[in-house]
Amino acid sequence: MDFISILSIFVMACFVGYYVVWSVTPALHTPLMAVTNAISSVIVVGALIAAAASGIGAGAGVSKWLGLGAVVLASINIFGGFAVTARMLAMYKKKERK
Amino acid sequence: MVLPLLAEGAHILEITPSPWVAFAYLAAGVLFILALRGLSSPGTSRAGNRYGMAGMTIAIVTTLLTHGIASLPEIVVALAIGGGIGFITARRIQMTDMPQLVAAFHSLVGLAAVLVGWAAYLNPDAFGILDMAAYLTDTLAHASSTGAPPPTQIHPQSLIEMALGIAIGAITFSGSVIAFLKLAGKMSGAPIILPARHAINIVILLAIAFFIFGFVMSQSMLDIALITALAFIIGFLLIIPIGGADMPVVVSMLNSYSGWAAAAMGFTLHNTAMIITGALVGSSGAILSYIMCKAMNRSFISVIAGGFGATADAGGGAAKEQRPWKRGSAEDAAFLLKEAENVIIIPGYGMAVAQAQHVLREMADTLKKEGVNVKYAIHPVAGRMPGHMNVLLAEANVPYDEVFELEDINGEFAQCDVAFIIGANDVVNPAARTDKSSPIYGMPVFDVEKAKTVMFIKRSMSGVGYSGVDNDVFYMDQTMMLLADAKKMVEEIVKSLQH
Repeated sequence: MDFISILSIFVMACFVGYYVVWSVTPALHTPLMAVTNAISSVIVVGALIAAAASGIGAGAGVSKWLGLGAVVLASINIFGGFAVTARMLAMYKKKERK
Repeated sequence: MVLPLLAEGAHILEITPSPWVAFAYLAAGVLFILALRGLSSPGTSRAGNRYGMAGMTIAIVTTLLTHGIASLPEIVVALAIGGGIGFITARRIQMTDMPQLVAAFHSLVGLAAVLVGWAAYLNPDAFGILDMAAYLTDTLAHASSTGAPPPTQIHPQSLIEMALGIAIGAITFSGSVIAFLKLAGKMSGAPIILPARHAINIVILLAIAFFIFGFVMSQSMLDIALITALAFIIGFLLIIPIGGADMPVVVSMLNSYSGWAAAAMGFTLHNTAMIITGALVGSSGAILSYIMCKAMNRSFISVIAGGFGATADAGGGAAKEQRPWKRGSAEDAAFLLKEAENVIIIPGYGMAVAQAQHVLREMADTLKKEGVNVKYAIHPVAGRMPGHMNVLLAEANVPYDEVFELEDINGEFAQCDVAFIIGANDVVNPAARTDKSSPIYGMPVFDVEKAKTVMFIKRSMSGVGYSGVDNDVFYMDQTMMLLADAKKMVEEIVKSLQH
């Protein structure tokens, strides 16, 4: 992919983000932060690539360990973020109509 | 060994990846958009969270299928360790402690971005960011001038993206660590003001820009190490002067940074899932910061510049004249609440500190049985992060359709018999409307003085909120001060209500 297509995706996604986030109800702003936290850990993709590579040389060896470290950090976020969001959202209940 | 060879060849595949890989990452990106979309109402939010999980699963599985064959065991162990820690933390955390948990999570994203950036720098081949054309054309010239083969050339554009990703990630990390320490009370929430801090910050930022330029030119490890170190320092320096009351803005801002760091890495890896997510999270955090700033009538710049709350003593000193106020007991409060038709409860951070949300809901339930109409009013900056009060009330089983935002309920105070303020202060201070010299002037506040009776739960008359401003509401005729720990006071009110 060339730079301009990537930049286009980025700019469009910023606009989508803008409108989607404004439509989030203020009552759910804390779960919003928790879930954005979880999804920003998609950086795990980069971590996995580094961890999976088996290049030759000292640089590649270090790179692999850095990658594995990043996998640990990102997965704390992924599992923790989604789990805590689910826990919060489960608490939001409507008034019981009797 | 065959497997390493397969992985070795993986980068060749990356130049012409099979189309389904790109589709899979795009699908993950779209699922993340749907995850946020779901949060537009509590009813759809749980489905939204599941979309998010599905998107993440797709992204991880796709990456593993295309790259992870060689070191699968190590990766699975790393995922299991991280996942286990994350899951247990998420299960055990108290809802009151959500702000510091989110700050801690932000710091992890930041650190992960730094590690991934460094990994890409050290093993560019694996990330497919080698500048093949430059490598081939430069080889001859380079070899003739230095007598040695050139180092592996990373694409200059990738170098910029990588450096930015590392810098933003490092700022996110150290900034979030400070935010975490302040929110968790492990460090004083008071702003720490260094002399000439603005000058120091600007010099460091310029130095980072300079080294990024140098890094793109030279691809030297010293440059990227300096960028990393300076970015860690600036993240630390940016957050220490910001006081506790401004933490909602800081947490949102760091949320935004963690998104931009992910986006920068997405640019490096040409990965649509990362770019879309980074942009979503980045704009989400930015919008939340904007909402928080607006709710405090403070400019984003002045929050970042920091120092709010540092002059608390100076502000309180002028208003030390003794004014009469009325103290009420739990029995008085219970009597008036029972007689009331409409009650609006305004919770603030003090309620969270006292863990009074459960007993508060019990009080509301008792009142509802007596036929009283009870509503909750939440200010956007109540608590230590956006929406914090809503979560605490939801935890205490308060139905979300009884909880209202500032602009939706502010007109109702005129028909309200009792405004019940628990652990809030600045958000009901009329000085924000009337006193131009007040530090909170211009901040939208609840019009509690229109209510027939105001009940104000406060530990003592000495503390005056985060802004350090005296509050005229204390001294109004219709105000009853209930001086006690919030939880104890509400418990006593519940007791007298049930008699």
